[in-house]
Amino acid sequence: MDKEERNSNYNLYVESKIPKTRAWPSLFKAFLLGGFICALGQGFYDLYSYLFPNLAESELSTCMLMTIIFITCFLTGLGVYDVIGAWGGAGSVIPITGFSNSISSPAIEFKKEGIIYGICVKMFTIAGPVIVCGVVGSILCGIVGLFM
Amino acid sequence: MVGPLEGKGPLKDYFDYVIKDDTLKESSFEKSERKLLLDIITGAIQKSGLNISDIQFFFGGDLLNQIVSSSFTARELSLPFIGLYSACATMTESLALASIFVDNNLAENVVAGTCTHFSSAERQYRFPLELGNQRPPTAQWTITGGGASIISKRKSNIRINSVTFGKVVDFGISDINNMGAAMAPSACDSILTHIKNRNLKSEDYDMILTGDLGKLGSEILIDLMEHNGVVLGKNYSDCGCMIFDKTERVFMGGSGAGCSASVLNSYLLKKLKNGEFKRVLLVSTGALMSTTTSQQGDTIPGIAHAVELEYVPNFKKQNVDSVVFGVKNENVKNTKIKKNFKKSEKIAQKLKNNGKNSAILEKNLKNSNVSSKNSNTSSPSSKQKKTNLTMQTLDSANKSKRREK
Amino acid sequence: MINIWDYVISFLVGGFICFLAQILVIRTKITTARILVLFLIIGMILEVLNIYAPFREFAKAGASVPIIGFGATLARGAITAAQESGFIGIFTGGLSAASGGIAMAIFASFIFALIFNSKTKRGGH
Repeated sequence: MDKEERNSNYNLYVESKIPKTRAWPSLFKAFLLGGFICALGQGFYDLYSYLFPNLAESELSTCMLMTIIFITCFLTGLGVYDVIGAWGGAGSVIPITGFSNSISSPAIEFKKEGIIYGICVKMFTIAGPVIVCGVVGSILCGIVGLFM
Repeated sequence: MVGPLEGKGPLKDYFDYVIKDDTLKESSFEKSERKLLLDIITGAIQKSGLNISDIQFFFGGDLLNQIVSSSFTARELSLPFIGLYSACATMTESLALASIFVDNNLAENVVAGTCTHFSSAERQYRFPLELGNQRPPTAQWTITGGGASIISKRKSNIRINSVTFGKVVDFGISDINNMGAAMAPSACDSILTHIKNRNLKSEDYDMILTGDLGKLGSEILIDLMEHNGVVLGKNYSDCGCMIFDKTERVFMGGSGAGCSASVLNSYLLKKLKNGEFKRVLLVSTGALMSTTTSQQGDTIPGIAHAVELEYVPNFKKQNVDSVVFGVKNENVKNTKIKKNFKKSEKIAQKLKNNGKNSAILEKNLKNSNVSSKNSNTSSPSSKQKKTNLTMQTLDSANKSKRREK
Repeated sequence: MINIWDYVISFLVGGFICFLAQILVIRTKITTARILVLFLIIGMILEVLNIYAPFREFAKAGASVPIIGFGATLARGAITAAQESGFIGIFTGGLSAASGGIAMAIFASFIFALIFNSKTKRGGH
């Protein structure tokens, strides 16, 4: 039998054997967790706008995000965030918490390799693409902005 | 010897020692893995009643890059070290090679062992531990644990009777979270080859045990075997499925080199020693990929080595008590050794003292008829003299004292 | 001052975005890094098309907390700076707008990495 044919047949067969996960519970969990984090963000936003009425909207927003990022890093350090993430799936990834966790988790993990080569080097192993794409993308957007 | 999570599983009564703190008070998980392996090896040697000076070679490997855990353990042991890597099939690979060494009188006592640690494997192969991501349902759980066996010429009631080195088989699976499916074809191939060469049927075995295919992988294997006209019935099981409790959320089951090593050296050998099992086929399976190859989109080649273990009924049992450390001693029945034995001692000596290990070894290997014909895919059983394996145990009191320290 | 509706809409919109992402995860086995980048780019596109601002007005934190908001912030910063200070703004605008979040993420990660150690997991789902 042709090898490629055998392989593709086998892949199809394996695909058919993989147990179908019940998608709805995980979708619902992602919805709940994502919603909860966003509502929490709104809570901090309102709190800061009450405490510092002089700040502009974008600054309040930044403060709120920074608070959430800080909390996430703390939870990651405690070893709690991965449990939340395993429960909520994309609900923990898509909010800014996912970005924050993807920076703090390798930082903590590779501490054993030292501060410079461990924490500092490995910090962006997962979140690196986000920052690179963010910077490149923003520059492209800026170029577009010049002509708007 | 296994970690805390594994120690809660269905095989908990069989393990010699369950560690409570999986860091083993070391500062990193890599160091813990080393410590674990060292404890396993020294424990196995001690349990067999031998001294470290009685051992000629240490066969071993692990899953970390450059098999550092084994090499660093060998540094502590200061034994001639033969480092092996077949991913999760390392246990049977080292067992098979060790038995060939002993059988061909290259050595009298050899230790073969391997172990894995969940946390160090996880950070090498996947993501940081604290990253909150979901695992797909086909993922497996690398176990923390391992085992070591002493293969020796002393008589015992367990022996290795034949081994089959597997071919590397790749059926084009590229999903690193579905190793079971990637390794099942190679397991199928090795089992078929072994059974065919031994002129046996699958029913002749009290147990056919695969290494770490997991639930999905073993279902696939059963289907594949059926396709090839061999029915795997109730005597088939998988170490990865056995080691964890069904209530633990470990997806498809355990995996890792330590998986088959710990099951073999606890459950399987105990059952063999009791005579509950007469003939057992252990087929450890390994996935030979690295993070680099899978990121570059390559498929996952699988390998499986089979080792057939046999109960020897007429052997007078020595004081058999509960197994403390999973240790077995393999004895060569056939004792037309004397001449060759001196040679093997010399080799060991030379290996210890001499830097040019490989050349001497190769030369002597040829002399001793362990040429490549034995290590091809077919079972060398016909050529290989039957070898014996013993379970020899220290009294458990002695052991537990050591542990308490 | 506190408007319950803000919370409800944040919850619903934020949840819905995560819901969409979860569908992607289940269907395509997409990894964390890829999914973050994908939604980041979506946010930038929304910003360039001027859809994000009204969306943000409507969904409150439901729009700004997801990584989409981060992308939009980067894009908005670059566009505004480019219009105000020309060529140099293209390069300075994006990161300065998002600097708070990135700086905090790096700083907090560094501090907590010094304090905490990673722990072995007890099985999860």
